Amino acid sequence: MTYIPNTDNDRRIMLEAIGIKSIDQLFSDIPESHRDPDLKLQEALSEMDVLAHLKAIANENESLEQLLCFAGGGWYDHYVPAFVDQLMLRSEFYTSYTPYQPEISQGTLQAIYEFQSMICDLTQLDVANASMYDGGSALAEAITVAVNTTGRTRVVIAETVDPAYASVARTYASPLDITICSAKNFDVGENGVMIECQERLRSEINDETACVVLQRPNFFGWLEDYATVIQCAKRCGAVVIVVGDPVSLGLIKPPGELGADIAVGELRHLVGPPAFGGPGAGYFATTSKFLRSVPGRIAGRTKDNAGRNGYVLTLRTREQDIRRERASSNICTNEALVALGATMHMAALGKTGLQHLARLCLENAHLAVDKLTGNSFRLGTNRPFVREFPLKCPVPAHEIVDSLASDGILPGIDLGQFWPELSHHLLVAFTEKTNDKAVDRLINALGAME
Amino acid sequence: MKEEPVIYELSSPGRVGVQLPPLRKPQKGIDEYLPTEEIRDELPLPEVSQIDVVRHFVRLSQLNFSIDTDMYPLGSCTMKYNPKINEVTGRLSGLSAIHPYQPDGQIQGVLKLLWNLQGLLSEIAGFPGVTLQPSAGAQGEFTGLMLIRAMLTEKGSPRSKVLIPDSAHGTNPATATMCGYKSIGIPSGPDGEIDIEAIERLLDDDVAAIMMTVPNTLGVFETRIEKVCDMAHTVGAQVYCDGANMNAMVGRVRPGDLGIDVMHLNLHKTFSTPHGGGGPGAGALCVKKHLIPYLPGPTVAIDKDDQYFRQHSLSKSIGKVHSNMGNFGNLIRAYTYILSNGKSGLKSIADNAVLNANYVRVRLRDRYDLPFDRTCMHEVVFSGTRQKALGASTLDIAKRLIDYGFHPPTIYFPLIVPEAIMIEPTETESRETIDRFIEALVAIADEAEFDSSILRSAPVSAPLGRLDEATAARQPDLRYSPR
Repeated sequence: MTYIPNTDNDRRIMLEAIGIKSIDQLFSDIPESHRDPDLKLQEALSEMDVLAHLKAIANENESLEQLLCFAGGGWYDHYVPAFVDQLMLRSEFYTSYTPYQPEISQGTLQAIYEFQSMICDLTQLDVANASMYDGGSALAEAITVAVNTTGRTRVVIAETVDPAYASVARTYASPLDITICSAKNFDVGENGVMIECQERLRSEINDETACVVLQRPNFFGWLEDYATVIQCAKRCGAVVIVVGDPVSLGLIKPPGELGADIAVGELRHLVGPPAFGGPGAGYFATTSKFLRSVPGRIAGRTKDNAGRNGYVLTLRTREQDIRRERASSNICTNEALVALGATMHMAALGKTGLQHLARLCLENAHLAVDKLTGNSFRLGTNRPFVREFPLKCPVPAHEIVDSLASDGILPGIDLGQFWPELSHHLLVAFTEKTNDKAVDRLINALGAME
Repeated sequence: MKEEPVIYELSSPGRVGVQLPPLRKPQKGIDEYLPTEEIRDELPLPEVSQIDVVRHFVRLSQLNFSIDTDMYPLGSCTMKYNPKINEVTGRLSGLSAIHPYQPDGQIQGVLKLLWNLQGLLSEIAGFPGVTLQPSAGAQGEFTGLMLIRAMLTEKGSPRSKVLIPDSAHGTNPATATMCGYKSIGIPSGPDGEIDIEAIERLLDDDVAAIMMTVPNTLGVFETRIEKVCDMAHTVGAQVYCDGANMNAMVGRVRPGDLGIDVMHLNLHKTFSTPHGGGGPGAGALCVKKHLIPYLPGPTVAIDKDDQYFRQHSLSKSIGKVHSNMGNFGNLIRAYTYILSNGKSGLKSIADNAVLNANYVRVRLRDRYDLPFDRTCMHEVVFSGTRQKALGASTLDIAKRLIDYGFHPPTIYFPLIVPEAIMIEPTETESRETIDRFIEALVAIADEAEFDSSILRSAPVSAPLGRLDEATAARQPDLRYSPR
């Protein structure tokens, strides 16, 4: 077998050393009646045939290589510079384990430290961990931190938070006597324009609220005015958790400046194509007062025995393998390699590049809105937006998704699948790829739908 | 070693490492798109050129040990060779450039791959139901206990306790806590197996599950596993199996056949998806029929016209555990790996993994204490107590192995073995490499007897010497700030 170096001769020598006659003897502890089942599996394919098989399966998809993608909803089709994947293919990064032996893991450890630094800078918060599984579980764990630190069990989630994240948060909350209240903080006006309604969110917040979960830009892409909500949460002693797209943070006020105590989000689109939604990487940043409650791994800088700078995994007493049943999170494996890719890309973008990238998204989104004027599609928000907005359509949104597929366009996400009252709203997202030409194609194809 | 600066220290105003399309002309101010109060003032990220970034991260990579460098015998981590073809298939654009909100009709290949992989894992592990949603083993554990909780709640009460042997994996107690359960420890017997009498004593109708690891973290197969399952089922409890050690069993036994109700598989261990310096992983969860109605949604289904679709409406589902349908990139790799091995290849994985571990066991047992001297499965646990008495702790032995060119084994785990040294060679190491590893540990045992200070000052050949972890925790420096 390709991946097993032992030959029959090696096995003979090893069996002799062990003092047994056959490998079967090594499995005699397994109940005999269940030993060596006749698995209904094919025999091995050659590498060439495996690749052909996988290519054939890949060809059954319509990938974003063929489609013009305006779908977002937290998963954006960005161009990621070639060097990112090239570096992620360094064996020393992708075939190493969690850096528990710091003397021979400085590469991963320093990269995590740099990742944490960039997430802190991006969010304007004090500490960040080494990553969570995805945005959804990052939110779920943030809620646990809020519940544990406040001793309260009521959680308020704005309706405008990514429904997938809210769903994961509900699953995590369900066994822990946490009550999740979803506050319907938007209305749909007669003309199809979605209007924010923070009063409903505020009225859910009281002295029993552990945390308030907000998203900026929200799932629909616009920037809500959360000032009074955050004030209200602070007055009630509730933790403020803000979900956010890292690319948009290149332009808009960071969660730390808005008064967020915890910021979470998804980094996948800084690393590569959406990969059907995984692996991504969740970021988790918070203020120093929650440092000892942060879930997952954290790298810290220290010195070695010769006084040289070096890095270790630190504050380990928070973690599951040491704290055992007193740990509030069981996360062990995280999304290190994806976080590493995000670190490289953020470093290369840097101070001006990330803003430039966000501006390209912003400009393309606004260009599309300008070009819509005059047809029966309408911008579905009256608030400022960065890279994504709801589009009120004259026909059900799912019809548009189906119809434009034949034009090679994935025009967005049918919001009716989450909210029945939004069946005529399409969530349309923009990146640097959706340039003038792409926007024209979209507008023309939509025009044919009127 | 030349110290590699933090990337912020390489910054020079005006540099940028990415060539982006130009902004639209004539250029408008951001404030023409967004209200001034929404615009952020400053973004203090570094300013570096692309070659700065490339050199920085290549240099950093050179400070890492990896499987592709040499043997990585970390117990219970299954650091086997990660075949390169998996990196090719995982990057096929027809599989990776897929948006999670694309309609089912556009992603038949994705859904087919998920369907096929579920079928393969179901056959390999012996469970009719599989979800690929969990992102890692620990999330698989969480999902599994949640399914048990949902089923028991429907029967009247979720119950309050989970029994966990002291030879189980480290994440298990925290998982029980997350699922609202109290962990109760079960001691191991003198043979390294779960103590049946202790289970009898602890088991009652308030126990939701026994959560065990098979083979356990002593590398011992639980020969009384069927009895344990019977005992649990008699009081209406379930048996969860932590499948991190599946590499010992693949092709040789289907855990589902033994009576286990739920089990996760670490695809980043047994099925070779790379560990990535700590992730991403994938923790497929396998369940018996009675737990299928509670699986997280959406699941993949197939209609009468052989079209695959995502089934969202599962009335008893525990809800989602992942924002989408799991770490699909890892699932492609695991699928590739299973096809590459095939029926006989999978069995030879367990055969050679177990052979290699037993070879290490017999070759080293004269030099290191072996608390449970019996046939082991894919890993063997020694104790460094003999060397400790000479002044060299297990930590010292581990660090000295670095000087011999090997990654240290898992140490101080399982907790029930003092000065534990837990070695898992995996099936992808050759006899010569394993011999070299054995000789290194023999040489280290000699050094411990001759002058244990050699071990205490190790490593001397790594990029850095031992790091001051106490100061790191006492005065946390967790992010760069200009100094």
